[in-house]
Amino acid sequence: MSGVSTHDSTAVHHDDHGHEHHKETFISKYVFSQDHKMIAKQFLITGIVMAVIAMLLSLLFRIQLAWPDKDFPLLEAFLGKWAEGGRISPDFYLALITIHGTIMVFFVLTAGLSGTFSNLLIPLQIGARDMASPFVNMLSYWFFFIACVIMMSSFFVQTGPASSGWTVYPPLSALPTAIAGSGLGMTLWLISMVLFVASSLMGALNYVSTVLNMRTKGMDLWKMPLTIWAFFLTAILGILSFPVLVSGVVLLIFDRSFGTSFYLSDIVLNGNILPNEGGSPILWQHLFWFLGHPEVYIVILPALGITSEVIATNARKPIFGYHAMVYSLIGIAVLSFIVWGHHMFITGMNPFLGGVFMITTLIIAVPSAVKTFNYLATLWRGNLRFTPAMLFAVGLVSFFISGGLTGIFLGNAALDINLHDTYFVVAHFHLVMGSAAIFGMLSGVYHWFPKMFGRMMDEKLGYLHFWLTFIGAYLVFFPMHFMGIDGVPRRYYAFTEFEFMQQWLTVNVFITWAAIISALAQVAFLWNFFHSMYYGKKTVQNPWDSNTLEWTAPVEHYHGNWIGEIPSVYRWPYDYSKPGHNEDFIPQTTPFSETMSSNLPHDFEGNAEAERIQAEWLIQNP
Amino acid sequence: MEDSSEDRVNVKARKFLMWLVVISSSMLFAGWTSGFMVYAAGSADQGLKVILPDVFKYSTAAMIVSSITMHMAYLSAKRLQFDKQKIYLILTILLGLLFFVLQVLAWRTLTEQGVFLVNYNASQSFIYIFTGAHLAHIIAGIGALVNALTGRLKNIAQVKNLYRLEMASIFWHFIDIVWIYLYVFLLLNQ
Ligand code: HEM
Ligand SMILES: [Cu+2]
Repeated sequence: MSGVSTHDSTAVHHDDHGHEHHKETFISKYVFSQDHKMIAKQFLITGIVMAVIAMLLSLLFRIQLAWPDKDFPLLEAFLGKWAEGGRISPDFYLALITIHGTIMVFFVLTAGLSGTFSNLLIPLQIGARDMASPFVNMLSYWFFFIACVIMMSSFFVQTGPASSGWTVYPPLSALPTAIAGSGLGMTLWLISMVLFVASSLMGALNYVSTVLNMRTKGMDLWKMPLTIWAFFLTAILGILSFPVLVSGVVLLIFDRSFGTSFYLSDIVLNGNILPNEGGSPILWQHLFWFLGHPEVYIVILPALGITSEVIATNARKPIFGYHAMVYSLIGIAVLSFIVWGHHMFITGMNPFLGGVFMITTLIIAVPSAVKTFNYLATLWRGNLRFTPAMLFAVGLVSFFISGGLTGIFLGNAALDINLHDTYFVVAHFHLVMGSAAIFGMLSGVYHWFPKMFGRMMDEKLGYLHFWLTFIGAYLVFFPMHFMGIDGVPRRYYAFTEFEFMQQWLTVNVFITWAAIISALAQVAFLWNFFHSMYYGKKTVQNPWDSNTLEWTAPVEHYHGNWIGEIPSVYRWPYDYSKPGHNEDFIPQTTPFSETMSSNLPHDFEGNAEAERIQAEWLIQNP
Repeated sequence: MEDSSEDRVNVKARKFLMWLVVISSSMLFAGWTSGFMVYAAGSADQGLKVILPDVFKYSTAAMIVSSITMHMAYLSAKRLQFDKQKIYLILTILLGLLFFVLQVLAWRTLTEQGVFLVNYNASQSFIYIFTGAHLAHIIAGIGALVNALTGRLKNIAQVKNLYRLEMASIFWHFIDIVWIYLYVFLLLNQ
């Protein structure tokens, strides 16, 4: 990447300050890079590392759940006092589930997913040289990185990491002496999350501004790939919801450190009556879930966008109902702000209000279903190419259906009285988020790996990875529905103390084995990923015969993406298998004048001149 | 030239970033004021129950005048009257500092009335949250103003001068409006 100008003697096109001219150092190229493609890779690799850590944490608590009475001396060797006698301690168990959830939801599925693919694809697919502010983009990554480091550092403090669940409800989170994890660990959690929010906001601001202002010639909104629509709406959700989390966190910090009573009232702690009065923990729940619910869509929308792109490309068919897809994305985004109450049905809210939240929740299932049907219709009688990316995309559709259906149960206030805080909820969100969104992310990795690293991943390992993970995830999460219906509560340390739960111990053993196998399957992925980075087969320019702009950029990366002029766009991205054309795909950069044999009347959007030329051509070429 | 048109697009995109900052920051204050409403609705004795200090009236006036001087600075810059731009910028900064001082004085009046941050009626704690968070924005705004002023003093190119000034001005008018919103909100709940 020594300089665009050396490759381009006729016309020098460079973005703003011409910083390609001086030689890039290792630091400016790999560390403090301002190139969106490099930042995307940084997000991806950090996200993968965090995902592996969070997965290992989950194996630790799965071991505890499956064998609560067994000693594993090995654990003590690694974890010291947190696994005295070879058993995970109750305090540490809570820390494990908390940090597992936090990392997976925020660090992997928010930063890892949006950070990677919005960064990689927004400029490349809309035809821009980089983000609106590459500098802010760089800051966004480094804030994220520091947030990761601080979150992990809480494993090295005396009292352990935060332990009040990923939703950090007060009073456990507001009273530093409530449980071990409420102390320094909780403080670190808050600092880390504030940095994380700052990082997400910086990213989101860039994504929105770039999409709105920096599209190449011809790329009007209705010619954008669905990936871009999804990333764009995700970023808007982030801009509107993350600040509300910050306002809640600020109040929490004041309660923790300055003695205010926003969330605290009538508390007896270790036999002492605390003076705090008047506060309400429900206030935190409102502020948290006002972010929390949009957050779950921040997690799933990019995965859905990636799936649209991968499915259309590999079914060799136009995406079914492009406009319907966009409108349902918008519908989901808007509705996601008025359903947060469904997480709070049993907080004693006014039943009438509960009814309102129930209705909005059930309405949001409609655009979700529209998307599902459109995926199925796109697949229907397509010319399917089962690449690993395609398998993961189809896997997403499967998980989105099975997890979405249980959402409809939970969305009924009356049913939720029974199901709330049971394993049924755990099953719901692990299918629809833990599995579906992760599958979307993996699909994206397999699909755009050649774009990121210029090499191909191994397909056979990809298939192995897919089947083990797909089957494994169902085996892990499906049985949890039945536990939940039986009333087994989530976040319990051991099932041995309650008679009705004991019968589920054998199921826990089964689930843990399934989890171990799925975790091992990830080794296939990790090997494939890191090995292919250096030794994979070199990719061709457009390995999937895809229509979108990113495949017109050179395989080798340049800061500025295209050498010479940015290509113009003439058509939507889904002209696959268009009748009358000699190939089964027509890139967005191909003008209609070069595809006279396949043009359709509605392609011209009412342009009379173009219609006249086409009609003339048809007469001459009967 | 191709080059300069790409540059122009970038400037537009970066200015747009500031609008997005404005939106996300609005959500921050929307979060707190909704939190206040949820809290105050909790029970009858959780209202504000404070007579707001008169100082707030003066600080509001300072804030409004500063918005006017901000706009004057912008107009002067557009008309290439750089000396005037400088003076108006300095005035705006001074008014911002005055606002800061007045708010702190208001805090003193409040504490004299027995309205403290640490308070078992959190409605009253909220006053400090609102004003404190707003002051944090004021500091950022003054930073932006100083940035525009130093640019002016160093005689940077007019495009850049206008760019810095516009960024500062969007933000400054925004925090002006936020303060008026907060003040009216508090008055209505008084
Ligand atoms: C079909 C649309 C959906 C509906 C109707 C729905 C409904 C619900 C309801 C009512 C709850 C609360 C259950 C309780 O705590 O008692 C819930 C929890 C949850 N949902 Fe969904 N959901 C839907 C889709 C999604 C999606 C797409 C995601 C994420 C990608 C998601 C992630 C979550 C998470 C993370 C929780 C649990 C949070 C916690 O308590 O820790 N849901 N869902
Ligand atoms: Cu929800």
